[in-house]
Amino acid sequence: MSWTRRLPLLIGGFIVTLAVLIAIFGPLLAPHDPFTQDLGHRFTPPAWLPGGSSLHPFGTDQLGRDYLSRLLLGVRISLEIGLTTVVLSGLIGTSLGVIGGYFGGWIDSVVLFIISCRLAIPLILVALTVVFLVGSSLTVVMLTIGLLLWERFAVVARSATRQVITLDYVAAAWCAGCSRLRVILGEVLPNIVHHLIVVATIDMAIAILLAAALSFLGLGVPPPMPSLGLMIAEAKDYMFFTPWVIEIPGIVLCVLAFGINLFGDGLRDALGADRGR
Amino acid sequence: MLRFLLRSLLLGALVCLTVLIASFILSRASGNLAINIAGPEASPEAIAKIEHQLGLDRPLPVQFLDWAGRAAHGDLGDSFLFHEKVSSLISTHFPITFRLGMLAIGIAIVVALPLGITAALWEGTALDIAIGSVALLGQAVPGFWLGLILIIWFGIDLQWLPIAGVATWQGYVLPAIVLSFVAIPVMLRLTRSGMVDAMRADYVRTARAKGLSRGSIVLKHAFRNAAMPVVAVSAVQLGFILGGSVVVEVVFNIHGIGYLAWESIGKGDFPVVQAVVLLFALIFVGLTMLSELMGALLDPRVRGH
Repeated sequence: MSWTRRLPLLIGGFIVTLAVLIAIFGPLLAPHDPFTQDLGHRFTPPAWLPGGSSLHPFGTDQLGRDYLSRLLLGVRISLEIGLTTVVLSGLIGTSLGVIGGYFGGWIDSVVLFIISCRLAIPLILVALTVVFLVGSSLTVVMLTIGLLLWERFAVVARSATRQVITLDYVAAAWCAGCSRLRVILGEVLPNIVHHLIVVATIDMAIAILLAAALSFLGLGVPPPMPSLGLMIAEAKDYMFFTPWVIEIPGIVLCVLAFGINLFGDGLRDALGADRGR
Repeated sequence: MLRFLLRSLLLGALVCLTVLIASFILSRASGNLAINIAGPEASPEAIAKIEHQLGLDRPLPVQFLDWAGRAAHGDLGDSFLFHEKVSSLISTHFPITFRLGMLAIGIAIVVALPLGITAALWEGTALDIAIGSVALLGQAVPGFWLGLILIIWFGIDLQWLPIAGVATWQGYVLPAIVLSFVAIPVMLRLTRSGMVDAMRADYVRTARAKGLSRGSIVLKHAFRNAAMPVVAVSAVQLGFILGGSVVVEVVFNIHGIGYLAWESIGKGDFPVVQAVVLLFALIFVGLTMLSELMGALLDPRVRGH
């Protein structure tokens, strides 16, 4: 593989690693407490703008809270949302897809029908409704998105399973008298997992952006938690005077989602997997 | 062909019915509809009265059958809060979202096709990788944030376009650009992979052997074949765009169907929410069928069956 083809994996891997390190060690690195308000120092510009100080490298928000400290915690919350939802949706989607692809026939038709129903549901509206009804909290947001965002897993797991079960080693396992469960867990899953990893990266980025959109619409992670979407939502009333208050968290969100997508793309090329839709 | 059509019609109807039941159960899962309307300080008697007025004290299956039966006749009920028929609310709000969606899919096609073709013709070069990265970046930009940034740039700094509402046609431009980002990455990738395959196909080699010009080979032979899946998928993408209109309509303060739904969710006005969910499900099912149909009609190999 030439270095240009490996570039996405390297850059994406770098961003993802950085994000994971921030998520783990961010609170230790944070220069201030992310929740402490200082109304005397609202909208301190970031250090590179006139009037900025190195005391608050990324400035302060409308309540005088240190932006860098909030961003570090925000990245952690985003990754938490991304990971939890992907584990949940991965479990649901993979189970459905593998069952449909493995058994075929009417079972497969039922699985396809469930996938069609899920696709026909306007994702963001239903997520908003659920969060409104249940009440917004980090857990509710993660569960809601996780329960809704499994269709790509199901589609990819189904088609990959259909390919794998025609191969000789699956037939060999059948002949050797392995049980269905044994064939699925021992032969099918290990051979479709590289497709699923790629789907996981795509869905993780989508989940993070979706959670941010929910926050923006007022039905996501509740304040004062510094989720990146909420930071943009809270700062948007001031964006005409100090555009950096929405630019900074937005760029962090973009870079995070871009890095995860790039990492997934690089993995796909390296593992030879499908991208799904 | 007829059997195929009937089958997908039946399947589509089943999907809509399932979505309908699910959204109904969801909206009634919380017992606080009447409290929402009466306000938190209302007496239990007042709440019971509202429940009775709206028929919320009946068993769930009865409520559902009643609602579904009326919906089948085009009566979607009354909004709890606007004191207006849901169907008239939807018919005033939907055209705005529809115009927005059509403009967005138009922008997506105009941007994605040339970029996809370019990436395919220079496959594996730095140009290809650059275009691929742009697609990935487009996928990573949160729509609401992009909307706000465009408002700052084009609305405030340059003063080229209005920052809210759709009183004039210019109001549609920025939100449509934001919405087009939903579809551009997918359509770009599909165009690219279709073109890469087409350029390797035998008929392109034949065209080359005949000594046709590169432009004629690319546009007349390769692109025609590569465009088929893109055209088909654009219908499905329009569905996703309409579904994603909520965020953009809130950012740009456009009172389309997404805005209506968002407002209604926040106030617990569930007849409206249910109707919008049903509408989106219908649109999605319709567009998926349209996409399959277009795919079948455009591809002579499928058309024969």
